[in-house]
Amino acid sequence: MSLRVSDLRVHYTTLKGDVRALDGVSFEVGDGEILGVAGESGCGKTTLGKSLIRLDGRMRHIGGEVELDGEKLPIGDDRRMNPFRFHKVSLVPQYSMSAMNPTRKIGKMVGELLRSRGVALDQAKLEGRLELVGLSREVLRRYPIELSGGMKQRMVMVISTLLDPSLLIADEITSALDVSTQKAVATALAGFRDGGVVKSMVFITHDISLTYQIADTIMVMYAGKLAEKAPAKTIVESPRHPYTKLLIDSLPEVGVRHTERRLTGIPGGPPSLLDPLAGCRFRDRCPLAFDRCVQEPPAREVEPGHVVACWKADA
Amino acid sequence: MLELDNVTKVFKVGAFGGTTLTAVDRVTFEVRQGEVVSLIGQSGSGKSTLGRMILGLTPVTGGTITFDGAPVKPGKAYYRNVQGVFQDPFSTFNPVFKADRVFAMIREAYFPGVPDADWTDRLDAALRDVRLDPGQVLGRFPHQLSGGQLQRLLIARALLLDIRLLVADEITSMLDASTRIDVLNVLADLKERGLGVLYITHDLSLGHYLAERTVVLRHGEVVETGPTEAVFTRPLHPYTRQLLSAVPRLHAPWEDAEPVEACLYHKHGASGRLYAAGEDHLVACARLGDCPKES
Repeated sequence: MSLRVSDLRVHYTTLKGDVRALDGVSFEVGDGEILGVAGESGCGKTTLGKSLIRLDGRMRHIGGEVELDGEKLPIGDDRRMNPFRFHKVSLVPQYSMSAMNPTRKIGKMVGELLRSRGVALDQAKLEGRLELVGLSREVLRRYPIELSGGMKQRMVMVISTLLDPSLLIADEITSALDVSTQKAVATALAGFRDGGVVKSMVFITHDISLTYQIADTIMVMYAGKLAEKAPAKTIVESPRHPYTKLLIDSLPEVGVRHTERRLTGIPGGPPSLLDPLAGCRFRDRCPLAFDRCVQEPPAREVEPGHVVACWKADA
Repeated sequence: MLELDNVTKVFKVGAFGGTTLTAVDRVTFEVRQGEVVSLIGQSGSGKSTLGRMILGLTPVTGGTITFDGAPVKPGKAYYRNVQGVFQDPFSTFNPVFKADRVFAMIREAYFPGVPDADWTDRLDAALRDVRLDPGQVLGRFPHQLSGGQLQRLLIARALLLDIRLLVADEITSMLDASTRIDVLNVLADLKERGLGVLYITHDLSLGHYLAERTVVLRHGEVVETGPTEAVFTRPLHPYTRQLLSAVPRLHAPWEDAEPVEACLYHKHGASGRLYAAGEDHLVACARLGDCPKES
């Protein structure tokens, strides 16, 4: 087992109180597995990604543990976490478009970055990686501004994995890209796993159809908690959690016309995480809600590899 | 209703405007009454520039845009008929004013003589048309409303003017999947009532869900246009095919998709000609006519 997260709680400190962005999430990612994390804005998916590598100033580690390759990650301790960053866990950020130093040629910048981590640049390895994502070595002689969005995104992917981390976190890396570039970037990402560059991956996106294309397992989050986790095919074909079902039903796909099949959204909005609803957090939007939903449904395994946090998961 | 004829837009770029960039190149299409036309293209394809030209926010360099046969002239009379809604609902509203101030501004500018009771009725009707509960949205600040609610408020604002054409530029791209569809359904309802909608998007599945006709743009040129069914089920231009094969779908992994044969497309600006491929279905594909690459 590559990554094991148990009952992780990370809150944001605000003037109004704690925002419970991540409130008790447990899951595992196996060797060679790509875990897709999907959910709407504010469900805690980005917080989850950031927690695994670096908590920013407003984030506080409240409880829970993260274990990577059998070793406990000191995620609450910024300094002790440093040796793990980029060597063990690495991140391709949401802001890749502006992640590179605009005043340096890319090759020089990569050298500087590696030196800051005390590693010498291995030119052959770098060129191999560029080839893996479909970039020519010419890019090393260019400035970031001379690259297109998709090229920048792939360059950042190469940089973040140069130290061969075990776990790679990719946070919404394709949301600013066009469909064909999106496909190239997502395929290159899966290539990192297939080529053994990284052992496992957490792929965060709001787009379930994209996750379905590259992830082995999909975890759907809602309001800081896990709603459902199952193999990608199962999530799409036979979801058990009412939220997952509604979310998938609201996706227009090529082939669906409003005149033939009118899709519906999910009424209401996600709860405030300052003082969230006790019990199931989806219950005021849920068509299946009943008395028992005032108690929090535990995440339980309904069949091997399929975890659902709903009292009616068997229905 | 709205007709574009060989519309071209050239921007001056670089220091002192020394070089030019053709953002929109000889685009011709029309939007009829009670019809949704989706304008699909990637970033930089000129789709938003077209929207801005139709709304009179940017002057046209060449060609003509006519509405009901008359050239577009920005002004009150034109904006009674044509309105636009844009991508970011959070920056459209002034955060220190309540969201319904946009309606008060419409009333001041266009309907100063309408009595209070009459105005309230009209406002309620417009809000119900976009499936908003007036009690829930009026008197709120923008940050208290969701993105989907804000976008629908803007559509309601346009409806108060009895518009006939709505230019919707990426209006759902900042919304969550669960609220996005509600906004799309509102557009579908409006179409039933005879409104024309120009739906600008980069998302092919959303365009397919809504539109009767589709226009695919690439580098400012139309590469394929026709009835949505024809364009999506029998795409003829290699670029359209490539776009369609890259769309992530549920139930259909990318690996299963048929590979698209390589084509370098004709060189940008080389042809600009459209060839008829079927009823109302026009394609700029070299294979249907004289191929500059093969000849």
